[in-house]
Amino acid sequence: MIIGNTTLTLTEEQGMLMDVAREFCRDKSPVSAVREQLDTELGYDAGVWKEMIALGWTGIALPEHCGGSGLGVSALVPVFEAMGRALLGTPLLTTSLAAQLVMRAAGAAQESVLADIASGKIATLALTEDADWGREHFAVSLDKNGTLSGMKRFVPDAAVAELFVVPVQREGELVIALVGASQLPDGAIRPNTLIDETKRAANVDFTGVRVDENSVISGEQVANAINDTRLIGALLVAAEATGSAGACLDTIVEYLKTRKQFGKLIGSYQALKHPTVDILIDTDSSRSFIYHAATVVGDETLDRDGEIACRMAKAQATDTLLQAGDRAIQFHGGMGFTYECNAQLYLRRAQWSQQQFGDAQHHRTRLAKLLLG
Amino acid sequence: MSVSELELTEFRAEVSAWMHENNPKDPGFLLPQTFMEVGDERQLEFLREWQHKVWAAGYLGMAWPEAYGGRGADPAFQTIADQEMRRHAVPISFNIIGLGWAGPLINDIGTTEEKEKYLKRILTAEDVWCQGFSEPENGSDLGNAQTRAVRDGDEYVINGQKIWTTMGNFAQYMILLARTNPDTPRKYDGLSFFLSPMNIAGVETRPIRKLTGEYGFTETFFTDARIPADCLMGEEGQGWKIAMQTLQYERGAEAGAAGGQMMVRVTVEDMINELQGVSRDEAAVLEDPLLRDELVRAVMEEKSQILGVRRGAIPGLSSDYPGSLLLSGKLRMSESTRRMRQLAIKLQGAEGALYVGDEEARQGGFWQRAYLNSFSATIGGGTSQVQTNIVAEHVLGLPK
Repeated sequence: MIIGNTTLTLTEEQGMLMDVAREFCRDKSPVSAVREQLDTELGYDAGVWKEMIALGWTGIALPEHCGGSGLGVSALVPVFEAMGRALLGTPLLTTSLAAQLVMRAAGAAQESVLADIASGKIATLALTEDADWGREHFAVSLDKNGTLSGMKRFVPDAAVAELFVVPVQREGELVIALVGASQLPDGAIRPNTLIDETKRAANVDFTGVRVDENSVISGEQVANAINDTRLIGALLVAAEATGSAGACLDTIVEYLKTRKQFGKLIGSYQALKHPTVDILIDTDSSRSFIYHAATVVGDETLDRDGEIACRMAKAQATDTLLQAGDRAIQFHGGMGFTYECNAQLYLRRAQWSQQQFGDAQHHRTRLAKLLLG
Repeated sequence: MSVSELELTEFRAEVSAWMHENNPKDPGFLLPQTFMEVGDERQLEFLREWQHKVWAAGYLGMAWPEAYGGRGADPAFQTIADQEMRRHAVPISFNIIGLGWAGPLINDIGTTEEKEKYLKRILTAEDVWCQGFSEPENGSDLGNAQTRAVRDGDEYVINGQKIWTTMGNFAQYMILLARTNPDTPRKYDGLSFFLSPMNIAGVETRPIRKLTGEYGFTETFFTDARIPADCLMGEEGQGWKIAMQTLQYERGAEAGAAGGQMMVRVTVEDMINELQGVSRDEAAVLEDPLLRDELVRAVMEEKSQILGVRRGAIPGLSSDYPGSLLLSGKLRMSESTRRMRQLAIKLQGAEGALYVGDEEARQGGFWQRAYLNSFSATIGGGTSQVQTNIVAEHVLGLPK
């Protein structure tokens, strides 16, 4: 069956989280607040982040015995959609993914790490080493004496992270090193300048850092855990992008309903009206894909349905946001070319989103293998 | 009336076995994929016989009253029968205007005489029904229909022209939207709704040859055609309201339709399965990276449609732009179908240039004809461009 699993449900908990998250994000992250953070070092309001921790969002997908809510990744989807809608940054994304990787790779063996994350410790996933999202082998390595060497790039929120979750190679074996921020030598973190000014990332050089055996996760489940975390990363970025696409659509529609040219509201021109409907339809499609993925992805190792769902969600949502952001600039005319116009925020977010965990093309290529053999 | 899950499960097994057993073999000529494609007597007779057989087996009109040819059953049974027809890809239930539009309407608001006269013969396919809504000058703007109906004693006199009348040349009856009052302030208020006989003096149908070379529609001319006054449904001036009411039956048996399937569903998977053995650059066509990308997009489109239906049923997930999924449904579905059929031809390589009639055409030229026919859905019932305007104005609130 090429179409495969088509279940799509919304649990009561997901629905409640959606309502709470939307209201919270609307309240705490109006576009004026987003703009205030564009040139700050953190990139987010530390007070808002504290409130998110207090709401329990850092533990939504973590087991109850670690202080989480045990609701799984599916409950994170409405939260990230709401955050994307409000362009609300914060380290929640990378912290959640770091936690997923630890949980999936180590489980009970690293319970205290998960408990710390649930209660608000900022963790980050240091995964990417170069421009290739599909790379399965890492150059960053751990030698037999427990010393790391090599650099990870595009590490999200590295400047504020207290814990780095670092997949590395150890003598031909995939393992995960857990590195505390205090272990890093001075100058190890070199910030990136990102196209999306609401996000923060850095290159982190782990060379020379010593990791004791208790902070290394190994075993044959590690490779699966890394793959699954990539897919969940793709899903959560897709959820964020879907929210941003919805907000971008609202921005376009608002302008089309108020701006006049040649004596008419520009929204009456079909050259603008019809592509805007295309964006609505694509946004609808993105929402269907992310909530379908939320329905089929659980705490266990992702199956074929889960992988297909995450990849489709990412391929659809980030293409949709890119088109929405691109047209938002164009449809705002001269205003669209200014920094002041909010359209740029969405287009920049779109470009950032494409490049997280594989762009749409990357996922369609993987989907072709899954669907067509 | 409540039905147990067990009863439904048993019924599904029963109807599934029947469809498997009775699904007709390839008749040796291409069958219509939709009710809009019935082009000749041979196809008509084949489909008439099939529909009658399905009804006689008890799987059509199940929720309609027993007195009028139905079984008085819970609509859930018909829904299951419809699903099994789709799953077994049996031929279409071609008399759709009767089964899904006129029939349920008569069942809802018709008189006892009307029910007795029409309903059973719709189910048995003895009477074929057509629809007279569109006019040459009023394609997408239905409310502006100008065909006139003037009361004269016990009769109405009809003058005017309808177009795109599906099966107009085969039909015994038409559901007709005509203007009884040309002077109302609102154009909609002058319209009335008739159950109009076709085989009478003053009604002439002229088949329209479609782009496929086949016949499927007619133009229908009314020249002083006299129909009995009791052909009027409801009252004068209620035509628009009643016409809109007929649209709700599209939701299937639960909404009152007799059931059956109006089109054979063709999936991307069907298309891919037919491509085994096709070569491109001396390798299997499915290995071409660019075509693989197109196929993945096609699978995603199809999956998105199915997921959209699921999501649309969950209030918490469909409140952002209310009505969006519903109002864009026809647009999305018809455009995606058109693109898929076009891709299916491209994937055939040089053989894509063959057409129905060439014995070497893949599947008898099925995809080529299906592509040409796919425009009936992107144009009929409001063109995609008009549909896009509707979504823009009613869902996004953009100005006219």
